[in-house]
Amino acid sequence: MGASQTRTEHKYQDLADKTGFSLEQIENLHKRFQQLSNNEETINREHLDSIPSLANNPIRKQIIEAFFDKRNQHQDEVGSCEEIGFEQFLMVMSHFRPPSLKTTEEEKEAMRKEKLRFLFNMHDTDNDGTITLVEYRKVVEELLSKSGDIGQEAAKAIADAAMLEVASTNVPHMDPDDFYEGITFEHFEQILKGLEMETRMYIRFLDVETPTLRCGKSTS
Amino acid sequence: MAELRLARRSSFLPLTGLMCVLLLVFVSVASASRDVTRGDSHNQTNSTAHKKAFPVLSFNYEHVRKPFEISLWILLALLMKLGFHIIPGVQNIVPESCLLIGVGLLVGGIIKAIGEEAPVLDTKLFFLYLLPPIILDAGYFLPIRPFTENMGTILVFAVVGTLWNTFFIGGMIYGVCRIEGGQLASVDPLSCLLFGTIVSAVDPVAVLAVFEEIHINELLHILVFGESLLNDAVTVVLYHLFEEFTHAGTVTVVDAILGVVCFFVVSLGGILVGAIYGILGAFTSRFTSHTRVIEPLFVFLYSYMAYLSAEVFHLSGIMSLIACGVVMRPYVEANVSHKSYTTIKYFLKMWSSVSETLIFIFLGVSTVAGPHAWNWTFVIVTVVLCLVSRVLGVIGLTYIINKFRIVKLTKKDQFIVAYGGLRGAIAFSLGFLLTNSEMKNMFLTAIITVIFFTVIVQGMTIRPLVDLLAVKKKKESKRSINEEIHTQFLDHLLTGIEDICGHYGHHHWKDKLNRFNKAYVKKWLIAGERSTEPQLISFYNKMEMKQAMMLVESGSTAQLPTIVSSVSMQNIKPRGPARQRAIPSISKSREQEIRKILRANLQKTRQRLRSYSRHDLMIDPFEDNVSEVRFRRQRVEMERRMSHYLTVPANRQETPPVRKVCFESEHKVYTYDDSKSPRGWTAEPDPSPPDAVSLLNESSQRANQSSEHRAKHNDELRAKVPDEKEEQDQLKLSRCLSDPGPNKEEDLS
Repeated sequence: MGASQTRTEHKYQDLADKTGFSLEQIENLHKRFQQLSNNEETINREHLDSIPSLANNPIRKQIIEAFFDKRNQHQDEVGSCEEIGFEQFLMVMSHFRPPSLKTTEEEKEAMRKEKLRFLFNMHDTDNDGTITLVEYRKVVEELLSKSGDIGQEAAKAIADAAMLEVASTNVPHMDPDDFYEGITFEHFEQILKGLEMETRMYIRFLDVETPTLRCGKSTS
Repeated sequence: MAELRLARRSSFLPLTGLMCVLLLVFVSVASASRDVTRGDSHNQTNSTAHKKAFPVLSFNYEHVRKPFEISLWILLALLMKLGFHIIPGVQNIVPESCLLIGVGLLVGGIIKAIGEEAPVLDTKLFFLYLLPPIILDAGYFLPIRPFTENMGTILVFAVVGTLWNTFFIGGMIYGVCRIEGGQLASVDPLSCLLFGTIVSAVDPVAVLAVFEEIHINELLHILVFGESLLNDAVTVVLYHLFEEFTHAGTVTVVDAILGVVCFFVVSLGGILVGAIYGILGAFTSRFTSHTRVIEPLFVFLYSYMAYLSAEVFHLSGIMSLIACGVVMRPYVEANVSHKSYTTIKYFLKMWSSVSETLIFIFLGVSTVAGPHAWNWTFVIVTVVLCLVSRVLGVIGLTYIINKFRIVKLTKKDQFIVAYGGLRGAIAFSLGFLLTNSEMKNMFLTAIITVIFFTVIVQGMTIRPLVDLLAVKKKKESKRSINEEIHTQFLDHLLTGIEDICGHYGHHHWKDKLNRFNKAYVKKWLIAGERSTEPQLISFYNKMEMKQAMMLVESGSTAQLPTIVSSVSMQNIKPRGPARQRAIPSISKSREQEIRKILRANLQKTRQRLRSYSRHDLMIDPFEDNVSEVRFRRQRVEMERRMSHYLTVPANRQETPPVRKVCFESEHKVYTYDDSKSPRGWTAEPDPSPPDAVSLLNESSQRANQSSEHRAKHNDELRAKVPDEKEEQDQLKLSRCLSDPGPNKEEDLS
């Protein structure tokens, strides 16, 4: 008992160092992981699909896909996997940590880049390094997917307008024959500069022990 | 004060001249009124003696005395405001509120010197007429997102902070009075606490006046401002509580508990009253599509009624007003016409501006006029205590708050929050309401000193301090469509992650509220098809509308504002053989509105303008070919500029409009077909045929397609007349967008 406990703690310490979570937070997330995966070692897309409250989310496919995307694992791999273990789960979650009082300016910059990279990967589905017009259109369409027909028609116009804006801000003078390939990561950073990602893209991870979490999978 | 006099001396001739003229007028009127009253009574006695000649011209001032004086005061206040903006340089050093108080002091001094009775800042006048416009303006335009995100912090500062201030100041003052003895010995603890209540509340008017000019970042602005709004409930409860107790004499535990209950009743009741009126207002605006002119009135009246209704029950009027504005706004904005929206915005700004100016001037006048009882110890101790308690309170509370906040408040933030706690006219009016006359004068003097100190000293120094500490300023750029898309995307993403993590967080509840809003509330409160419009689309439409307006306004002065880049949709769209035709994506009513706006600004020089569908270009064979070409070129130019505006971001640089020349070697989609008869088109009575896509439509919505065709236009037309200047002139002459024209005006050649 003692030996396995120290082993677990040691394992968690490793994860804590890698991802920046505290040990309590990792405990809680592990419990959740067990719940989602039916106490197996890995989770796959069906496990995440079956979360009931996620059903109303217009972009749930993209969110679920992001978990299985190898690019979010900080390991320079590409492609996607079929199932992920707890460590990968944590790595994805670590993108949503907030900055603390002690984070320096450079760390905040790095955090912002990382979060923007996550968003970029969500949009750039074919991993060619740019978000093309087609991909961007898909993003807007998904966002408006719960709004019926009126959403679909307007989505194209909105995506086109947004693309034009990115192009205009980043490449002010284009010859008429030039073709703007797509939004690169630098351009993406530029247009979202005003949003201050590091202070917006976070969720509150629980530190304390919580009783069995209510919103979970539908009990079979 | 010395700085003010210096400013006066070195001021330019116009302002001094203006002021002198004004004061002369006022003084003469005031003295004339005295003479007239005497003159009238004189006439009375004589009239019985002999028959008067028929008065051709008579003087009857009494008849219009009250409205005349009110108007004169308001005029004076506004002319002063005007004057301050004309004098260069003064504005950067001294905030407007200080200058206005100075003017008030001057006017008060002059009136006292004449011997007239100066109008005092009557409490009823202040609370019923001067304060509501300012609060409504603040509430209606309250930025909701930062407000709700920081709600916890704001509430803690407002409630706990004000309580701390009250008890600290009240208690310490009582202690000091006891120690000092003499004149102060008769002060009892309850009066001290009452005084503490009055003097500790941060004032929204003063905060707005000063913070407006320093453009500080959104977080700090909303913290201080939100606190000043929400502490009204605490102030109301404490004030009435202590006043009751001073009369009753003793305080029991039951009373204290009742006080706490009263606080909840006052604040929640106020919000409830406001929300009810807000919903009523939103519901009413659903039916106003035929009587657009009175739409703004509904907004103002419902809000004012909310305020008055809350005041009837001694609930917090300010919170009621804020709740009403916040609840009403999204639905009203979806329902009212663009003109009504502009009207509401400008009227609110106008009234609040006038109110604020009048408040500060009256503050100055009342200072000179009112009875004063100056007591050095009391006043100095009060000022010092206010500062100390504020600083201590902010530091202590921030320490606790930071444990719960994700984005912590730094030391700089704390300093600004503490320094921005200004007192203002509300404190003065509440002090005026005091009934205990022996202490009243002393209290009032101290209150006025505190107000002057905070507004003048803190108000003047906060701007250089902000610059010195390099506090983050407000970002100036407007919201872009990309930011909007990603804000929404982020909302959904974070909600999803929260769901995966398994706990009900902030985003989860916000999402639930949004869905409830969309499913039920919007259906009831928004008219027509706008009730199902998703937020992203309404944002997009709003942006288009704004840029269409801008285009129109600039179009009338032949100097179109800048086009930043030469990027057009053509550069983005992938080259492909098949370009599908998109279906109109703006609803008919929005189309109509945009069309109406643009049409109102066109000069019609040709009656034979008609819209064309992209697929049928029919021209009148009787028309001059050259003029047709010219006309089409102008249309194209307008189109191009319009589509640039409709999809170009906010930050602009000064570059001249760039002409794009595109040489498409591809096969053109449509051609002129001279053989077709134009009559087939004009015969059609329907002004907006469903499938004929007007140029306006295309330009305003699918900049992509119109640009391609535009490109082709440019191509073929350029070949004909390469003269740029001629185009400009013609553009000036008749800027026309092809437009079906007002409904009945189609004419046949």
